[in-house]
Amino acid sequence: MLLIPCPWCGERDEPEFHHGGEAHIKRPLEPDQSTDEEWAEYIFMRTNPKGVFLERWVHQSGCRRWFNLARNTATNEIIGAYKMGEKPPISTIANKQKTATVSNKKPKGVK
Amino acid sequence: MAQTNRLALGGDIDRTKPVNFTFNGHHMQGYAGDTLASALIANGVRIVGRSFKYHRPRGIMAAGTEEANALVQLETGARTLANQQATRVELYEGLSATSINCWPSPDFDLMSINSWFHRLMPAGFYYKTFMWPVSGWKYYEHIIRRAAGLGKSPVEPDPDQYDHMHVHCDVLVVGGGASGISAALAAGRTGARVILVDESKDFGGQLLNEQYTINNKSASRWIEDALAELSTMEDVTVLKRTTAFGYYDHNYAGLLETRTDILTDGGDKTRQRLWHVRTKRCVLATGALERPLIFSDNDRPGVMLASAVRTYIQRYGVKPGNKAVIFTNNDDAYRTALALKEAAVKVAAIIDTRPVPDGELPTQAIAAGIEIIDNATITGVNGGRGVKSVEVMSLNAAADGVMGVARTILCDLVASSGGWNPVIHLHSHSGGKAKFDQARGIFIASETLQASECIGAANGDFLLGDCLNEGFRAGKEAASKAGFKKASRRKIPIAEHIVEHPLRLIWALPSTKSIGERGKHFLDLQHDVTAADVQLAAREGYASVEHTKRYTTLGMATDQGKTGNIPGMAVLAQALGVDNPGDVGTTTFRPPYTPVTLGAFAGRNVGVLTDPVRMTPMHHWHELAACKWEDVGQWKRPWYYPKQGESMQDAVNRECLAARNAVGILDASTLGKIDIQGPDAAEFLNRIYTNAWSKLAIGKCRYGLMLKEDGMIFDDGVTTRLGENHYLMTTTTSNAASVLGWLEEWLQTEWPDLKVYCNSVTEAWATLSICGPNARALLSEFTDDIDLTPDALPFMGMKEGTVGGIPARVFRISFTGECSFEINVPASYGLALWTQLMVAGEKYGITPYGTETMHVLRAEKGYIIVGQETDGTVMPQDLGMDWILSKKKDFIGRRSFTRPDSQRTERKKLVGLLPVNPNDILEEGGQVVAEKGDHRPIPMIGHVTSSYYSANLGRSFALAMISNGTERIGDRVYVPMDGKTITCEVTAPIFFDSEGTRLHG
Repeated sequence: MLLIPCPWCGERDEPEFHHGGEAHIKRPLEPDQSTDEEWAEYIFMRTNPKGVFLERWVHQSGCRRWFNLARNTATNEIIGAYKMGEKPPISTIANKQKTATVSNKKPKGVK
Repeated sequence: MAQTNRLALGGDIDRTKPVNFTFNGHHMQGYAGDTLASALIANGVRIVGRSFKYHRPRGIMAAGTEEANALVQLETGARTLANQQATRVELYEGLSATSINCWPSPDFDLMSINSWFHRLMPAGFYYKTFMWPVSGWKYYEHIIRRAAGLGKSPVEPDPDQYDHMHVHCDVLVVGGGASGISAALAAGRTGARVILVDESKDFGGQLLNEQYTINNKSASRWIEDALAELSTMEDVTVLKRTTAFGYYDHNYAGLLETRTDILTDGGDKTRQRLWHVRTKRCVLATGALERPLIFSDNDRPGVMLASAVRTYIQRYGVKPGNKAVIFTNNDDAYRTALALKEAAVKVAAIIDTRPVPDGELPTQAIAAGIEIIDNATITGVNGGRGVKSVEVMSLNAAADGVMGVARTILCDLVASSGGWNPVIHLHSHSGGKAKFDQARGIFIASETLQASECIGAANGDFLLGDCLNEGFRAGKEAASKAGFKKASRRKIPIAEHIVEHPLRLIWALPSTKSIGERGKHFLDLQHDVTAADVQLAAREGYASVEHTKRYTTLGMATDQGKTGNIPGMAVLAQALGVDNPGDVGTTTFRPPYTPVTLGAFAGRNVGVLTDPVRMTPMHHWHELAACKWEDVGQWKRPWYYPKQGESMQDAVNRECLAARNAVGILDASTLGKIDIQGPDAAEFLNRIYTNAWSKLAIGKCRYGLMLKEDGMIFDDGVTTRLGENHYLMTTTTSNAASVLGWLEEWLQTEWPDLKVYCNSVTEAWATLSICGPNARALLSEFTDDIDLTPDALPFMGMKEGTVGGIPARVFRISFTGECSFEINVPASYGLALWTQLMVAGEKYGITPYGTETMHVLRAEKGYIIVGQETDGTVMPQDLGMDWILSKKKDFIGRRSFTRPDSQRTERKKLVGLLPVNPNDILEEGGQVVAEKGDHRPIPMIGHVTSSYYSANLGRSFALAMISNGTERIGDRVYVPMDGKTITCEVTAPIFFDSEGTRLHG
């Protein structure tokens, strides 16, 4: 069970939260001007990386605030939480990603 | 039966306290301190069950959690427990156990005929045989299940109580052996919050089974002193009979504590307790499990792990046989030979696969006069119902075959040891990796994702001195990393240990014929998986250990392959020509380490506490009126109110007629209510709803549809403007929480610039909805400050005032198509007003109606229910609701209307269906087809969404979503149902008062 650092309440157990999918998906400002492809990209297409992922969470059974989380999907390591509208902790993520690529190497012999 | 195999002396049992129990109906006696397994051995029981696939006789093979054979059904009735390991069941007075997986008895089992057909049951047997023809499985399945059945679950509710504890700590130490106790001492002395757990009733781990000295005193004395010291530490919790069954992300562990045995009435005590532990650091001192050698017919009753034999003799004072052969590839098993000798049990020989066993322990064995046969293997075990003798031959130079003349050695016990596997299960549960150490022939923990460390035997350090050292270092370090740096001047205890020589790794030991040709080399005793099965899987192309495991079921039984997995992986690696077993990958161990009862997971959340029940303020009245209930989410809603002798249809008919011809009353308090305030509230509603809100006047209501961004309907409801910047939104009952979440999500993530505040007020108000021709007359008796005339309070209007002296809001909104008033009063007044309305309404024929009548009345009007007519793939246009879509503004989902999928002409549209026979009632969910006939496939053109009998129409009717439905109005369609096909006419989705004169009246 994850221990999630809510930027408002501090660390709380995962059942208090609800996952909100990939973060930083921008709604087109002028939906009518977007092509079918652009609109489909916005409503349907999401990335699914092995490694650091920026995702949205809401502290549903707590303060009910939305926030973003940088989490490594392969290890569940939480790199940091940041409030809506804030920039992701890029430098920390870059450091973590370096170590993540090393540890995610497949053991030899595994097909 | 007497305790024929009980030794006169020794063991940690109390010979003055006999304990009576029954096994398969036989009355037996053991002593306090026994496990069921040790008591069975004492009573001379050799066959305790049958194997899963071949039904071969099986005996006790281990003394702890690794036991694969001795599974029993404990007790009967509501308290029965299936698949309990006899080695882990502490004996208690009156215990009753039976063998599983055999019929009629373990001594004579009819299914053992499978053994004769083993050539017909290779790896993947079920996949290969019963998957063709596909439809055949339903016939085979129940026969196979009965033949292969393990224990039985109880059918009655569990009478015992279970509970949960949630705790935080600084250092969790799992395993109470030498390493774990040292770690807990070192960590505890710093003042850290420490939890020390061990699965057994006694702390000490392997120390309990051996005769070591620590600090020049006996190990048991050292354990006693350590526990005494721990008990004086305020922040240290010591839990015995507690298994850490799972270790999860972010240092979260699940512990299962057994608090009473089955038969004891614990009083206030719960039977088991599940501990949820979030720790800062974790020390995994989980020890090691001995693995057996893999040789021909190594499953015979009497073939046991060497360490288990030692445990039975030294800890329980029982002898598992009278004449033993030790079979080993390492020095440790020599301890068993010496222990047997000391207990005056004959040791026929020690068979060692190593050419020159010359360590200190072998030297001791020679000095004790025990014969050692080196560079040799057992090629066969004679005695189907129990070991009678073994065949022994020399290994050839490559150790892949045997040579020389076979020698037969008479014996009734084979104590086998293939080395020790560190228990890295918990490390693996939480994402830790393992690597194979070629020199020691073991998998050990490598990278961990948690703040954890495997130490002692769990890390492959098997010598006592190392365990004590490591424990102290790890405990101190863990506490320090958790912020407790207090130094202690106490010295690390000193223990003498014998240095052991390396083992010799030969995974599947050769016999006179190739593996699988003569006898069976069992890897997984519980699932009857042999080395030949794994080799076959490799030949058939299974290269990954994860696939091989699923194909052969290796390690998938209740013991999860605690003894068989590692040899199995090694045999697979060998078959694939890979030198290092680590290179075929390790299987990931998954929780639970040992089985956990469902009762423990449920804890107190059983019966009425399973899920919260939400009740309206008028609940008690409905209860007295003996209504039938419908569960809507967590809410209890009256479904219908049957009178004496009425069927459901009778009651619904009566309620429907009363609502349209007199006055009906509905408890609508469960509808979601969200109070929305702020200067940007109107703009917000414009974006959330499909229609326009800016011009809605104060005191007016409007129906709104909410879509998701894909254009599909998400919720609907009426919103009323209460003031300049103040709205009250209603939602469907079951969507109330998700709509509030949806509003908050958009406000916080996409439009943080909007000044709008949302608050759920669902439970603040009681909602009483009265409808029908007499509704106005009834309500006018209750209010003199609200003008109820149609001009003053028209349809979709709202007035505030008093009703029956209670401050109230009265809404002219209707879900029935009748002139209808929804009265909102503060929740605490709901019951009082309801009761008064019922009394005053009697002369008007007031009739309470439930959700079923509400559904019928709204369907007669063609009003949709979100989640019934819609299913997440329905757009407003599909329901003919284009009128509610504003063309002048953007709103959530609007852009999706022009997606190619939204433009398809054959989309399903909402229509009405009238069965040609007015008494036929369609089934909701029924498929609609365009033509009658038997040819297949018949294209399905839609489905029935709502279907009822209407007393007001005097006939049945339905709503349906039908492809291109609007174009089909007037056509005939068909709904095939069980037994017959019903012919229907397609109509517009409205059946009653299509002009709406009643609604506006």
